[in-house]
Formats: sequence, C-alpha cells, structure tokens
Amino acid sequence: MLLPQRSWINRSVRGTSAEARAGKWFLSVLAFVAIVVPIFNQLVPPTSAFHLSAYALTLIGKYMCFAMLAMAVDLIWGYCGILSLGHAAFFSLGGYAMGMYLMRQIGPRGVYGDPVLPDFMVFLNWKSLPWFWYGFNHFIFAAVMMLLVPALVALVFGWFAFRSRVTGVYFSIITQALSYALMLAFFRNDMGFGGNNGFTDFKDLLGFDLHSDRTRVVLLLLTAAALAASYLACRAIVESRAGRVLRAIRDAESRTRFLGYPVESFKLWVFVFSAVIAGIAGALYVPQIGIINPGEFAPINSIEVVIWVAVGGRGTLFGAAAGAVLVNYAKTYFTGALPEVWLYALGSMFIFVTLFLPRGIIGLVQSRIKAK
Amino acid sequence: MTIRDKVLYLEKVTVSFDGFKALNELSLYVDPGELLCIIGPNGAGKTTMMDVVTGKTRPDSGTAWFGRDIDLLKLSEPQIAQIGIGRKFQKPTVFEQLTVFENLELALAGNRSFMKTFLATMAAAQHQRVDEVLEIIGLTDQRAAPGRTLSHGQKQWLEIGMLLMQEPELLLVDEPVAGMTPQEIERTSELLLSLAGEHSVVVVEHDMEFVRSIARRVIVLHEGRVIAEGDMDHVQNHPHVIEVYLGV
Repeated sequence: MLLPQRSWINRSVRGTSAEARAGKWFLSVLAFVAIVVPIFNQLVPPTSAFHLSAYALTLIGKYMCFAMLAMAVDLIWGYCGILSLGHAAFFSLGGYAMGMYLMRQIGPRGVYGDPVLPDFMVFLNWKSLPWFWYGFNHFIFAAVMMLLVPALVALVFGWFAFRSRVTGVYFSIITQALSYALMLAFFRNDMGFGGNNGFTDFKDLLGFDLHSDRTRVVLLLLTAAALAASYLACRAIVESRAGRVLRAIRDAESRTRFLGYPVESFKLWVFVFSAVIAGIAGALYVPQIGIINPGEFAPINSIEVVIWVAVGGRGTLFGAAAGAVLVNYAKTYFTGALPEVWLYALGSMFIFVTLFLPRGIIGLVQSRIKAK
Repeated sequence: MTIRDKVLYLEKVTVSFDGFKALNELSLYVDPGELLCIIGPNGAGKTTMMDVVTGKTRPDSGTAWFGRDIDLLKLSEPQIAQIGIGRKFQKPTVFEQLTVFENLELALAGNRSFMKTFLATMAAAQHQRVDEVLEIIGLTDQRAAPGRTLSHGQKQWLEIGMLLMQEPELLLVDEPVAGMTPQEIERTSELLLSLAGEHSVVVVEHDMEFVRSIARRVIVLHEGRVIAEGDMDHVQNHPHVIEVYLGV
C-alpha cells in the first residue's frame, strides 16, 4: 500500500501491531461469514436444522450495513473529534436513492398498474413524474446518486459549519437539526418521496428477484465486500500522515492550524468521505430490509450509532464495527424477548461504557491481552 | 549602520493599545547566527515585540524587515512562518496522543493539503532530518513515546524540535525555562547555544541566571523601548537598568 516499509515505523508510528492484528481478525471474520452464510443458506436443505433462514440472512446483512455506518462515524469522531449526531441522515439519503431506483423498477407491477408513476404518486393524483425522479430508472445513474447526494449534503453542510469554526457540542447539535429537518421534509407528501410511508413493495434489483434467497445471498456478499473495502479505505486514511493530522486536530486544533495545516479542509474531506460510506451503507440496507421511510432520519437513530461506536471502542475501526454488531444483536434479542427493557438496557450500556470503559469493549480486550 | 546584513531589523516600531504604548519607537536588530536575549520587567513589551515580528499584531508606525528585502508588515502570520520565522510560545503544546516522532513528522516542512499528506511518504532525507532533530533535542530514546508521557522540560524541547523541523532562519523563543528543573534548564541552555550559529535565536526570559549562562548580547526593554544593550555585565551595571529592573 502507501506505507513505506520501515520496520520501526510499522511498530511505533503506524499504530500498534495489535491494530494490524485485529484488522486481520476483522477481515478474516468477514471472509468467514461470506463463505459460511451462502453454504448454510443455499446448500443445506431447508429441512435441516442447520439451514440458515432468509430472516437470518437479512439480519446479518443489516448488521453489516450498520457496521459500515458505525465505521463512518468512528472515522470522524474517533480520529478527528467531530461528533456527528446526524449520520443517519446520510445513511437514509443513500437509502432513498436506492429506494427511488427500486420504485422505478416496479414499473407496471404496482397496485395501480401505472407504467411510470410509483403507486404513491398515483394515489396523490399526480399526472407526471417530478423532475428529480428522472434518471432513476437507470441503475448507474441511481448508483452515482447514492454516492453524490450524501456527499453533496455533507459538503455544503460541512463547508458552512467548519468554515464558521463550529466545533464540539455546537456541531453535534446542528447535525441533529440537519437530520431532524430532513426527516420533517421527507414526511411531507408533496416532497415526492412517498411521505410517511416512504418506499416499499420492491420487486427486483437489476432484474433479480429481491425475494429469492439467492439474490439475498448476493446482496449480503456485496455488503461484506463493501464493509471490507470501507474498512481498508478508512485504515488507509488513518494510517497515512493525513490520519496523524486528523488526530492532531482532535487533540489540539489550534496548534495544528499554527503548524500550517488547513484544518477546515481536512475536516471537510473526512466528513464528506464519511458521509459517502454512510450513504453506501444505506443503499445496501434498503433492498435487504425492503423498506425505507422518513423514520430512518430520526435523530435518535444517529445517537444510537454513536452508542455503538462508544460501546465497541472509539478510535479503532474494527471496534466500531464490532460495537454495531454487538449492540444490534442485543437489540434484536431484547426487542424480541423483553421489548420494554430494551431502551433502558441501551441507556445503561452507554452510561456503563462511558464511566468504566472509555475505550469500549475493544479497549478492555486489548488491555487484557497486554496484561497477559 | 547598515541594515542590509541583519536577519531582523525593527525601526521605530510603535504599538499602542487604548493609548497605552506597549512599544514606543522600539528599534533593534538581530545579527545572523547570534543568540540575543531580551529581558525586561512585566509589560516592557517583550511579547508585543514578538507579536509584531510574527504578524500577530500590526504596529501603528515603524518598519520591520526580515533579511534584505522582506517587509514583515506586509505579510500574514502563516506567510511569515513560511519564510522562516519560527516562534515558540510560553506554554508548550505538543500533540499528546502522537509519538515524539509523529510530532516532528507533522512539523516537517512540506505541502499541507489533505491529498498531499494522505499520499505523503517519508523520503530518506526527511528521516535523517527527524533523526538529527531528535539528536539535537535529546529525545532519541523517546521517539516512540506518546507526547503525553514526556516531562514538562521534554515537551519544551520537543516543541523547539518541531520549530527546527520547519528550518527557520530566525527562532523566537518565549520563556523557554519557565517551570523547569535546574537540570532541565542546563540542558536547555546547551540546546539554545547549539542552535545559534546555524539559526539566529532570540530568547525572551525572566530568569536572570539562565540569561547570564547563555547570553552574548542582552537587550533590556522598559516601557516599550530599549534602555540598555551589551553583554550581561555591562547591562547589569547599567544604572537605569538597576533602577527599573534589577531593583534596589
């Protein structure tokens, strides 16, 4: 890669070798999932006790999308000290872009059978497709939008915020406001995004039936690949000199500026990049879950992401991913077994981690390993 | 007197804050490679003088030249840092979570844009430069230690090292030994003495013992102007200096 091969650099400057080891673990686990899941779903017959159900496939795919989102948040929060409480917005924007493509794919198979207009538009008595829906019948165009829309929103928002030197808790609050404003906007029927119902009833993606297990397995594999690629990209950033500048900004922003680094531009770059990863995660999430609605923009969702990162281990990329999977597994379990307990469990988990595990579960594991 | 072979030349610089003259027609110069100490009681204008040189404060009148033909009053703070004037503030700030090596790496002269730093690798010459500076500041053994683990004195040296990475012609050092142990003070005098020659160094300091141990030329400021100049003995016996600064 981009790293010069000097032994002591790898030891002292490029972060601990524990980080590199954990990275190998992380990628190995991903590869393991990518190999085992298709086998247990496709090759093991449904009658067998070992058969992996479609429900489990969806769950694993969802966890991986959340892991990507957590990594995106960790990149800017853990490494650059920018606490975004609005990343669910970028996730949802990517999801909506995918949703628009999937809606156009339904074509005349909708309830109202209109060849062009999605059902909700027919229902609202619209006569023609709004201009911003043009092009979404082409996958390539939609795919570009999945990246471009979150990137542009992050660019404009970040440009204003960073240029005005909005930092710390003030930045967090306006990211909440951004997410909330988008939620309200997407709730409105006349916005042209399906109002509070959002998009659902998807049929197929690039001609592949979204309800078949085979398509779901492929989507899961693509998600695993995207997660691995995001991980490697984030690591390339944090292990480069730019990554050290980000950590310098996190720890002493004005000192970094005084050294001659354009702090605002660094923040903007990494913020936009992080929004793009969140957007890709959202775009992969929607076809697997089968629905996207404005509830995804809810401010609480963004806050939850921050909890995943804190629980897993802020400032380690794999830690953020692990936290996302762990907390969401707990969520799946609790909301099934003891639904009224979940929010309390989430809250106490956050308080416990903040008080006793400042470096999250990964930090705990690492210090245990070191102690041995 | 010719001004053309000076590194820094201030002439009749006046700065007033709400009528209070922090600098009152101050004139002074710095020779290439010299170690100049500036002393004076609180409010004498030492820090304001540094602010003018680094572009932080604009004077009401007067001129400030860097080398032959650079008018400092026309340049911004980052531009002044770029042309080779480095300043160390009183309170040391190093990057606590980064190692000593990484602190120096970030201070390395070079393109500061995101993309360029993302793609940056260290050339052998740059490595050598970091190693040299580690040697100079005596932190070779701490190269892999995080900044937060350094002692106060070591942080001060690391910060001087970060200045050196930018290869400045002129180093402005504000109270380098405040809060240091006697051993650290001794190390610091050696360090500053070794820097003079290759760089011009201006030290602002309160600690008279320390100034005595390093100074070749001392300038005493009082109420924004120079009241005495010369070697330490000369300055210490100057009646005006005794009156305003050394007391009794």
